[in-house]
Amino acid sequence: MDSTDDQSALSVVDIKKSFGGLIAVDAVSLSVQKGELLGIIGPNGSGKTTLVNLITGFVRPDSGRVIFKGSDITGKMPYKIAELGISRTFQLVKPFYQLPAFKNLIIPLYSPRVKRLRGGKYGERDDVAIDLLEEVGFERDSYVPYKVASSLPHGYLKRLELARCLALRSELLILDELFSGMSMSEVASTMPIIERLHEEGLTIIMVEHRLRELFRVADRVIVLNYGRKIADGSVKEVMESEAVKAAYLGSEAEG
Amino acid sequence: MAVHYRKERLDRGIKARCEDIFALASHREMLYLLLPRVVPVIVLLSFPLLKGVVGLYWEKVVVITCAIALLSLSWDLMASVGLVSLGQALFFGAGSYITGSLNHAFGWPYFLTIPCGTVGGALFCALLLLPVLRLRGVYFAIVTLTLPLLLTRFIEASKILGGNEGLSSLSPLPNLWFELYVPVLALLVCLFAFRRLINDDYGLVLQGIRDNDLAVMSGAINIYQFKAQAVFIAGLAGSFAGAFMTHYYQFVGMPAFALDYSILPLTCAVLGGVGTFAGPTLGAFILVPLSEALRAFGTLRVVFYSAILIICIVGLPEGIFHYFQRKYHQFERKVEVG
Repeated sequence: MDSTDDQSALSVVDIKKSFGGLIAVDAVSLSVQKGELLGIIGPNGSGKTTLVNLITGFVRPDSGRVIFKGSDITGKMPYKIAELGISRTFQLVKPFYQLPAFKNLIIPLYSPRVKRLRGGKYGERDDVAIDLLEEVGFERDSYVPYKVASSLPHGYLKRLELARCLALRSELLILDELFSGMSMSEVASTMPIIERLHEEGLTIIMVEHRLRELFRVADRVIVLNYGRKIADGSVKEVMESEAVKAAYLGSEAEG
Repeated sequence: MAVHYRKERLDRGIKARCEDIFALASHREMLYLLLPRVVPVIVLLSFPLLKGVVGLYWEKVVVITCAIALLSLSWDLMASVGLVSLGQALFFGAGSYITGSLNHAFGWPYFLTIPCGTVGGALFCALLLLPVLRLRGVYFAIVTLTLPLLLTRFIEASKILGGNEGLSSLSPLPNLWFELYVPVLALLVCLFAFRRLINDDYGLVLQGIRDNDLAVMSGAINIYQFKAQAVFIAGLAGSFAGAFMTHYYQFVGMPAFALDYSILPLTCAVLGGVGTFAGPTLGAFILVPLSEALRAFGTLRVVFYSAILIICIVGLPEGIFHYFQRKYHQFERKVEVG
């Protein structure tokens, strides 16, 4: 089967999930190659976030399989999946609001995965946290990394989410609408970070509504509509697809 | 022309509290930091020496207070992980019964039974609560409320461990000094250990689980493992209280699972200030002696007790400790204006 060959970092096979009568994700299959940046787009309610939740274990699928680096991770607990090397950001940011920004990163840095990969004692972790924040664009010599998360602007919280993923040194990064709620300038300053991570060879899945930015970096794009995959291909192919145009703009046949 | 005054407020603690090198800048600031920690320790440690002055009755009240304070510390630690418990009696009872039955059945002396009761009780409770660690908020609370009641009825119906009558004439503690000092020392050790634990990176993870368990899980951390560890650590404090009191009373019976041991620690924590450890301890040292002092009122005791409790909670909803802490750090004075 080509979806589980050596090159693919993650493959999802015929995954299905329904909530009550609503089919959120309907037999979607996809695979991501190592080092690839895959974009997932689709109109609101098309099942993008559910798909992310299915891959990362926050939601259990009704059927289908998720295979990461050749082993089946379907239905495993979220922390187990994160431990194996898939990390995600949340569309709705989930920082620890009353902690300073850099202390937010202590929690992933305390995980067994990071202990194994990085080592680290008390105090050292604080330095690593500050380095990580600098990596995602927090001004190192300012007071921003030390500010309480609840007092940070939304754009910083989004980047804090990104830093939390980077803290785990994952092999696969799933960014769930990282750019939503960011200002134009924040997006402009975050894009180079994504591009750099991509160049460094990290496998990235980006769920995004900001198509212009996504199309600039994505190697391949998947389009979902009503839980079904309606297109899968290069940016150019997807943009020219009739099905995609119909999903976004409505077709005459649908009326 | 009338002289007007305005209140000026200075935050005198800011330099000393910023955890930086400033704290060591002067003796005055060191003293400022040390006093609120050292004074209660000295008072607690010297209290048993004042036995001749205050009388044995109040010394024994302090022993009970320490036991309740330990239970409220264990409540507070669990609350720090987001596990709101209504069943500290489970810890108390488990520690009590293990200690009592080891002494009754095998005649083990107190220096073996109390450690066994402490660790065994904590382990028993952690294992018992393991399946419900997934529950949150009020659902977890209901389960913890029910478990001690369930165990009481189980002991009553099955007539094991002394059944209705309990196990009596257990071996006493060696001497009065032991009786008076061990609870105080245990309380101090527990208080400072818990504070240290929660301020460490480990404690940060625990608090993270309380605030946002999904985010902690996505940080590759097994939250159930941490919750179980927290319950075990909290269980050590609670079970020790039970284990000690068993030898202190030389009796263990169904009252060890009584609702009092569940509700009182919770009340102490809420009155004193949740999440500070010092707060619940302070709460215990107000409520338990207060309850004893009100014995003179006879039947009206509960009325006065409840009234004081309500006034405190309505007046200082943040908790007494938080209030005092703020007043200590902020220095207020009147300044003439105009």
